Amino acid sequence: MVPGAASIEAGFAVSKPVSPAGEKTSKSNQWWAFAVTGTFLAISVGVYAANELYVYLSAYLWFGFIYGMCLQYGRFCFSSAYRDLFAVGVPRMFVGIMIATVLFSLTASFVTATGMSGFHPAPFGIHSVVAGLIFGFGMVFSGGCASGSLYKTGEGNMSAALVVLSISITQAVMADLGGWFNKLVPASWHAAAMARGLPASVTPGDGWMDQYLAGYVWTKPKTVFSEMLGFSNDSILGAFLGNLLVGVVAPALVLLVGVYLIWSRKGFMKKRAREGKPAGLGADLAGFWTMVMSSKRTAIAGLFLGIACGLHMFVMTGLRTKFGIENAGEILKAVGQDFGLSVRGTVFDPGYWYVTTQEAQWVGWVFNRVFGVDNMQNIYFGLENGIPNPLFNPADWMSVALIGGAAVMALLHNEFKWKKPTVELATWAIIGGFFMGIGSRLGLGCNIGAFFVRTANGDPSGWLFGLGMIGGAYFGVRFFKWWTERKMAKQMEAVSEIQV
Amino acid sequence: MAMKFEKTGDGTYSLDVKGYVCPHPQLYTKSALSKMKPGNTLRLVFDNASSGESIAAMVDKEGDELLEQLTSGGSYEWTIRKS
Repeated sequence: MVPGAASIEAGFAVSKPVSPAGEKTSKSNQWWAFAVTGTFLAISVGVYAANELYVYLSAYLWFGFIYGMCLQYGRFCFSSAYRDLFAVGVPRMFVGIMIATVLFSLTASFVTATGMSGFHPAPFGIHSVVAGLIFGFGMVFSGGCASGSLYKTGEGNMSAALVVLSISITQAVMADLGGWFNKLVPASWHAAAMARGLPASVTPGDGWMDQYLAGYVWTKPKTVFSEMLGFSNDSILGAFLGNLLVGVVAPALVLLVGVYLIWSRKGFMKKRAREGKPAGLGADLAGFWTMVMSSKRTAIAGLFLGIACGLHMFVMTGLRTKFGIENAGEILKAVGQDFGLSVRGTVFDPGYWYVTTQEAQWVGWVFNRVFGVDNMQNIYFGLENGIPNPLFNPADWMSVALIGGAAVMALLHNEFKWKKPTVELATWAIIGGFFMGIGSRLGLGCNIGAFFVRTANGDPSGWLFGLGMIGGAYFGVRFFKWWTERKMAKQMEAVSEIQV
Repeated sequence: MAMKFEKTGDGTYSLDVKGYVCPHPQLYTKSALSKMKPGNTLRLVFDNASSGESIAAMVDKEGDELLEQLTSGGSYEWTIRKS
């Protein structure tokens, strides 16, 4: 092929460099995109006709749909953010994540300052870093983070679907680990768990996760940057100065400058020198800005995600006020879906974007209803989140719609493609999902619930989880670099003229 | 399907990573380019949309040139010239 020449080969259309999308959307893809959107619309209208309370579930659904569209459009993946830095030296997704986090923090701070935030900080400690490390290691193996695997499932990627399955099963099993695993529980955790006076039905002294939660995690402090600076969290100063500026903008800027100096500056200055332009502070500022804007697609997705996430919190709190409820468990009870409610009558209802708990829940429901496992005796399901029927679980509506939103966006850009995993990819997917499942439960969330949402709301535990993810991604990439070179070496034997 | 890296002519190479998901296409592309001489071209075939953005950014950062991008039904065929 002649370098620089545009050509059209059989079935291929030429697109301009940078964005792989350039074809006109096919009629069939348009039809499927309308069909998927129409299905969600029909569900929303249908359930509303049955009972107005379903608006609460539909709100989760449509925010999930928006998240899916944004994630697919920007190829927004937290795994890629860290992995691509170490693997190929590309910072564009890290930049996108930082943009989205700052913008989400801006909207979240507004919601917090108005007193409409439903966010609760998580206990923080070394466990947040360890959990992030395990999660980060796993997400490199699986090829996508928890939210990334959902949107890639929407692209027709069945390896990603396998990751979702693996992470879901691992969590559901881990939440109910007992028997021999009780021997691994330190006596201090057991004593602390038993002293909490929890309902006997959740057997707090039996189960590794139960004692980890009640005997260790819950003993750790919880705070937000606003309170660390002595402000009330729902004050303007607390929300905007404490949580946004000190808790998010400052650390994000430090990280971005670090990423620029390590991964971006050299290439930018080399290019500038070739064009005969001088170095200096102005050049560095230009280089920094170029890095930030290196992928408009990712930056735009970050912008919309940030706004949608804040709006989501606002809407869910508004709906709780409108319906006079504190938790979706009350809605499920009102519509006759009272199986799987926690001992407190609640279900998992974060009021914002979350991914992994609802994954554990649907498998937990299957274990309980299909295989007869009594998993409501543990704290995670029995006391905190419940295992409602997945067809009526608000958070599951969000995740299913996320997959649908991603599918619609992929269809509109001709990027939807059914892809069956090979044995190799299936193996990585299952291993990756396994580690991410463990990390999620130890960290009480994934890249979204334990990092993105917490960080944006001024919770320092989010940064600790993120720090762990960076470390885990580094080790994961080390492994895959070795694996890639090993496979390339085999191919090299047939390509004798290439310099080694 | 297995990854395939081969010499297709004088200074031209081909890397087929269809079926692979992140991070494999970008890692194989980086590895292939690192083993080629300046001026050589690589015909890269992949079908993982998410890898495209990373590969395009990597090519730009390294000063290599993306000569051509062909797309068809979720498959991509790119030509990259190593700087």
